Amino acid sequence: MTKLKVNGKLVEIDVDASTPLLWVLREQLGLTGTKYSCGIGLCGACTVHIDGEAVRSCLLPVSALQAKQEITTIEGLSADADHPLQQAWQQLDVPQCGYCQPGMIMSAAALLKSKPDPSDADIDANVTNICRCGTFNRVRRGIHLAADLNRSSKTGDNEHEEA
Amino acid sequence: MMKQRVNISRRDFLIGSVTAGAGFSLGLYLPADTGVALAVGEDNAAENSEVTAWVVIQQDDTVTIRIARSEMGQGTLTGLAQLVAEELECDWSKVKTEYPTPGQSLARDRVWGSFSTGGSQGIRGSHQYVRKGGAVAREMLIEAAAESWDVAKEECSVASSVITHKPTGRTTTYGKVASAAAEMIPPLEVELKDPKEWKLIGKPVKRLDTADKLTGKQVFGADLQLPGMLNASIKACPVFGGKLVSFDAAKVSKMPGVRAVVAVEDNAVAVVADSWWQANTALDALPVTWDKGENAEVSSVSIEQMLDQGLRAKDAFVGNTVGDAKTALKGAVKQVEATYGYPFQNHATMEPMNATALWTEDRCEVWCPTQNGEAALQAAAKAAGLPAEKCEVYKIHLGGGFGRRGAFHDFVTQAVAIAKQMPGTPVKLLWTREEDMQHGHYHPITKAKMVGGLDDKGNLNSLHIRISGQSILAAVNPGWMQNGVDMFTFQGLLPDGDHAISYTVPSLLVEHAMRNPPVPPGFWRGVNVNQNAIYMECFIDELAHAAGKDPLQFRRSLMADHPKSLAVLDAVAEKAGWSKPAGKGMFRGLAVCKAFASYVAACAEVSVDDNGKLKIHRIVAATDPGHAVNPQQIEAQVEGSFVYGLSALLYGGCTIKGGSVEQQNFDSYPSMLISEMPEVDVIVMPSGGFWGGIGEPTIAVAAPAVLNAIFAATGKRIREFPLSNTDLRPALDA
Repeated sequence: MTKLKVNGKLVEIDVDASTPLLWVLREQLGLTGTKYSCGIGLCGACTVHIDGEAVRSCLLPVSALQAKQEITTIEGLSADADHPLQQAWQQLDVPQCGYCQPGMIMSAAALLKSKPDPSDADIDANVTNICRCGTFNRVRRGIHLAADLNRSSKTGDNEHEEA
Repeated sequence: MMKQRVNISRRDFLIGSVTAGAGFSLGLYLPADTGVALAVGEDNAAENSEVTAWVVIQQDDTVTIRIARSEMGQGTLTGLAQLVAEELECDWSKVKTEYPTPGQSLARDRVWGSFSTGGSQGIRGSHQYVRKGGAVAREMLIEAAAESWDVAKEECSVASSVITHKPTGRTTTYGKVASAAAEMIPPLEVELKDPKEWKLIGKPVKRLDTADKLTGKQVFGADLQLPGMLNASIKACPVFGGKLVSFDAAKVSKMPGVRAVVAVEDNAVAVVADSWWQANTALDALPVTWDKGENAEVSSVSIEQMLDQGLRAKDAFVGNTVGDAKTALKGAVKQVEATYGYPFQNHATMEPMNATALWTEDRCEVWCPTQNGEAALQAAAKAAGLPAEKCEVYKIHLGGGFGRRGAFHDFVTQAVAIAKQMPGTPVKLLWTREEDMQHGHYHPITKAKMVGGLDDKGNLNSLHIRISGQSILAAVNPGWMQNGVDMFTFQGLLPDGDHAISYTVPSLLVEHAMRNPPVPPGFWRGVNVNQNAIYMECFIDELAHAAGKDPLQFRRSLMADHPKSLAVLDAVAEKAGWSKPAGKGMFRGLAVCKAFASYVAACAEVSVDDNGKLKIHRIVAATDPGHAVNPQQIEAQVEGSFVYGLSALLYGGCTIKGGSVEQQNFDSYPSMLISEMPEVDVIVMPSGGFWGGIGEPTIAVAAPAVLNAIFAATGKRIREFPLSNTDLRPALDA
């Protein structure tokens, strides 16, 4: 049995140890917000947080994880869709098809955690997710808006890993 | 009392149609016969009144607007709802949407019209009848209120779902009269509002489908879970036209979770397992023998030879002709000649192809992201070996479409073929990215030889365009061809219509030598304007340069009879400051086009450093779609289309070797990232009087505007793509 801590809850999963975290989240835990798209750790649709760091989950075998590590998925990013990024995304109507957006938001959330007021260059370097619909300019504005929202209200971040 | 005027099962409808609204329960996706409780049961359903096919109203004034077209990111769900709500005069804050199912459409004599979501047709192809659906409902609701008060209908007014009897001030709401309204006889005629009276159409309202896309709650086809469902991964013969010979199931059948290894049609094999990861792991380990067939030697080189031969061939189809271009060219003072080419492109939707199917001897149900629910239903029925009446398709929001999921339902056919081998068990088929890259329906490959003639004043007097290459219709829809001619091939170069050429050339000949390599082509966002706008707009730039004229003025001199095209071109030139020099190290390029009935133009600003690194700083874009239903979503589509078009220009291009596509994933078929995204300055300038498309037109002008700016920066004309194959460093001999 593999033990994982996902969105603040300890779970036990009976799965081949080589199974990537992405598929455990999606198929064993039913957390389908984290997406499969390239499977080679490139496009970022599968981005989750592990101890606060943005990680592509499609290549990461669960055997490489320990139960004490905090795994956060899009479903656990906030309690009521009130993370500053989610608020900003809603205000700016960022998503188009929406498939890449959970990964995009998780990448941006990790960036905001390390750099609460990121520059455009910070965004370029850290948000390397592919979006075929082409939401990039609204993503950029959304990150800046979230940084503003974060400054004006300190209540936004409910991520479990910080609990 | 009968609640519904039409004989459809409310229960069936709700099961099938809920996809769009926020917070839906997966239970709603369950087939009726599983006996699992539904989140919305018949008790609730009894409170709903279908006033018209487009409008369902609940007692609490919630208005559910039915959307037949598919939402794949382009915002059509919101735009179509705006159209209905405008005429309905309902409270926009209480509007929800739902998809009717293709099966219900079949049972109700196609009451919702076409489900096809392609060709930028969602709004422009249905605005008339969906607005009518709203207007008829409004009249029936007012009539029901008037009847209940025993007053004349003409004495009543309506605003935001509240009906008022003007002489007495009495009021009621849509929710209170909806069930009575549903019993009214619909008026035979209604007058649609004059656009000047629009309150909701033209407003940048927020999308209706955002919330669930921010929390992971939005279920895409790839995410679907059904009780007892198994998962499948598939591999088709990598060589186009190749067949499956054999596979050694025993080698993988004992692997964890594996339930079955099955042949799919005559060219593919699938592993079905408890989880998709198990299925795919076993598939990777499965020994398979293919018959590569007759295309095993096809390569990009052999295709190039085929296209080159078409450039020289005597015979070709004529798409547009004015005067005698060949003779006029001979009399030209100066001739300019160039040959361009545009490669295959993969749609590469973020969500790979997928479908879930449940087959029994007398029923087949499919859950899938599709751009055309009706076509998906037909594909399902054919694969199931059942009449369409015994099949159903439940549409799910698409994780990208771009043309891949409209004309082609290979993923549905396969899913049903697999499910048919496991009767009674739902099976979800999900392609790997590699399968998706190798089994696309690619943007067609063409080349074009351009020859232009200038007179002694440097005016363009003659132009001959010979296109050679692939026809989409010949492969996909031969019935749409006219005497063997694929007029779609000439998009952007036609004499008139939705894809008319933007210039008046005294002598013009546009031809197509059809050459169809055995790589399946398809409709790819923008379709044939992607390459035709590059050919035309880059070559016009070459001609302007040869004439020693300013590219803007050279274009303008040919556009006197194209005022709407001229207006968008002037708009971008003005906003970009074309008349003034660009900043230091910055260079500009222009492009204009008419596509999908909209007029679009772009001015790109780029720099190229000494190492040949290109940076696209800004693109000013203008679009005149006639009517702009939701300006902020139009901006999103313009920006998004640039990402799609520029990704293709910069990095895209599928090459063929051994009859297969060489690119396997986003490492070899890259897509633009946020770091490369230019600022996009969108001018939405609806001039009224017509309805143009939004999702596709602007893609046409992104690439040529950038290419013309690159020429301004480097003196290099790039005529083969992607750009990543070209060294942009300044020429040493320049």
